[in-house]
Amino acid sequence: MPLSQERAPIYEALQEFRRKRVVPFDVPGHKRGRGNPELTEFLGEKCVSIDVNSMKPLDNLCHPVSVIREAEELAAEAFGAAHAFLMVGGTTSAVQAMVLSAVHQGDKIILPRNVHRSVVGALVLCGAVPVYVDPLCDTRLGIPLGMRLQDVKDAMDRHPDAKAILVNNPTYYGICSDLRSIVKLGHERGMLCLADEAHGTHFYFGDNLPVSAMAAGADLAAVSMHKSGGSLTQSSLLLAGPAMSQGQIRQIINLTQTTSASYLLLSSLDISRRNLALRGREAFRRVSDMAEYARGEINSIGGYYAFSRELINGESVYDFDITKLSVNTLDIGLAGIEVYDLLRDEYDIQIEFGDLGNILAYLSIGDRLREIERLVGALAEIRRHYRRSRAGLLCQEYIEPTVIATPQQAFYGEKESLPLEQTLGRVCTEFVMCYPPGIPVLAPGELITEPILEYIRYAKEKGCSMTGPEDPEILHLNVLRKGAC
Amino acid sequence: MEFWFSEHHTPHVRMSIRVDRQLYSGKSEFQRIDVFESPEFGRFLTLDGYMMLTEKDEFIYHEMITHVPMAVHPHVRDVLVIGAGDGGVIRELTRYPDIEHIDMVEIDPLVVEVCKKYLPKTACRFDDPRVSLHFEDGLRFVRAPEDAYDLIIVDSTDPFGPGEGLFTKEFYGNCYKALREDGILINQHESPFYPEDAAACQRAHKNIVQSFPISRVYQAHIPTYPSGHWLFGFASKRYHPLKNLDETRWNLRGLSCKYYTTTLHKGAFYIPAYVEELLRDVEP
Repeated sequence: MPLSQERAPIYEALQEFRRKRVVPFDVPGHKRGRGNPELTEFLGEKCVSIDVNSMKPLDNLCHPVSVIREAEELAAEAFGAAHAFLMVGGTTSAVQAMVLSAVHQGDKIILPRNVHRSVVGALVLCGAVPVYVDPLCDTRLGIPLGMRLQDVKDAMDRHPDAKAILVNNPTYYGICSDLRSIVKLGHERGMLCLADEAHGTHFYFGDNLPVSAMAAGADLAAVSMHKSGGSLTQSSLLLAGPAMSQGQIRQIINLTQTTSASYLLLSSLDISRRNLALRGREAFRRVSDMAEYARGEINSIGGYYAFSRELINGESVYDFDITKLSVNTLDIGLAGIEVYDLLRDEYDIQIEFGDLGNILAYLSIGDRLREIERLVGALAEIRRHYRRSRAGLLCQEYIEPTVIATPQQAFYGEKESLPLEQTLGRVCTEFVMCYPPGIPVLAPGELITEPILEYIRYAKEKGCSMTGPEDPEILHLNVLRKGAC
Repeated sequence: MEFWFSEHHTPHVRMSIRVDRQLYSGKSEFQRIDVFESPEFGRFLTLDGYMMLTEKDEFIYHEMITHVPMAVHPHVRDVLVIGAGDGGVIRELTRYPDIEHIDMVEIDPLVVEVCKKYLPKTACRFDDPRVSLHFEDGLRFVRAPEDAYDLIIVDSTDPFGPGEGLFTKEFYGNCYKALREDGILINQHESPFYPEDAAACQRAHKNIVQSFPISRVYQAHIPTYPSGHWLFGFASKRYHPLKNLDETRWNLRGLSCKYYTTTLHKGAFYIPAYVEELLRDVEP
């Protein structure tokens, strides 16, 4: 059978494998679930029976030659990439493989500061030097935006030796920079262009959606299939453009990726890619329509501001992803995180995240209008019961970092643990962030300033789930010993 | 030939009714709709395979969901009915000349169309000039009105399908806001008997108690519903279902009923000990 988007080679191979009733004297030890009846009862026999190991008929993710290779070729075609890598360690692994493929020890990489922690994590691993571009902040909403083209150009002028530039496409809130122009600018100067598309899978299958990284000519893109794409949690894609060496990227992926890739994850990528290729456009048109409807309804409640394309200004907001349902809550006198908690605790509605001023409800191919009605109804009720004066609410979210040491130097440097209030003016050696969204407030190597400490105190008080530091209570932070760097 | 309709009341219990013939089968945007003719229960309507009503016992449900609040509230003018596509609630409500307006909100227009055609015993008063039909999600409809109704009747399906939103805290809260200061909310409250239904019953009660100062439950015996023992919720801003029951006033209306009497009204609020406990468990 010829390879086409109707096919799903991994899925087909697993079906065939099931029919053969092969006797397992290999791992996993549960042996089609028989050895773990409680797990089988919980997940279902169909599921555990395909939790199998790499073998000839099922290929091997570390060195794909048959069905996984075909699935990757189909994914590459569907996403308009020269090559696609199926990833099983989350989009974190895709982002890290992307960064490690582009920059090495001491290389400079230009990036906005509102990157996901996985990007800075990759810098800790490889020792590259971050050059941050200030993503401007919308002061009304308190959200970081995209990079202005002029700011990118300035950064490139100041650091002509930079090896790569990384762009969020889009940010968690759905905001896009002018990716096409940034790619053009970067390529003119011999820089690789990377895109974190953890929140942009649907860009590849949408009308009226921002440009995807591959269409914009980027060299690498990390795409969270498990977010808007509908595959299982932890499955992801790394896409590469024609200038990249496929073999070299594979080697880098294999440094940290499991040698026992889960076929549940791999088949979910395969089936989801087929679904998106065949039905994605229609599905995301429905998602866009639902998001637009929800925005209209939420904005008519009063007090809430569900923002959209009106933010577009040609610069820091070059484009907006209309499937993202972000709602500013400050005018009802509640922090986003408070509305987030109320929705879950009082109304049994779990949304993606709440920050100081906003909530984000993630809409996707699985949503139905009736659940949207519940969300809107609950927001109306929250306003009726809990609204108060806006006084005392912090909004500004973006704090310009002062980078003293590279993430790697700081992370591995000689350090000491100090009580939070004594860390002012010291260099942090660890991450501090609210999760979600997982964008660091502090990254290793950055100076601890008063606004940062104030932010941490306020976010803790409002009930944000703070993560990153060694001390889970975040009463202490690790800082570089004086003179260590 | 044996032709039976069967419905699982639990994974291990099912009820079957012998069927003469199937009058209708169709699928709407929301659900599968079927109408059957049976020797014992007359015509009956099912949605997604769940029994909604039979011609033989629908009077119990429709009288109990309507006359109980009407005998308590002294002056019902504006009524909102959510669900109720079969027309039974409308039939009972339109017997009251002092009701001025009824908004009926049904999510599925096909249900109304099918009932008009095949269930004329219930779908018989949609043309009353006081009735306005709205085909939309009840949860959406109830978001807008404020201080607008004296009575809201929620005649929903079970909370496992399109009706799920009508069992939520946000819905009851929105109903509270849509009611006048002495308004009453009546809802189909599931059965306390089988565990899955009982859990839904508890969830509904928990959510209503949080929204209304007075929240009581009353019962009726409905042969074709799971366990036969069915509950209704009486939630109210001011009137107590027993202390404010005006038997004389209601009886002077001279409405004849097959199930409801003002004496039964009082008895219906005396519920079994295990049900009292089930409800008490979720009260603050």
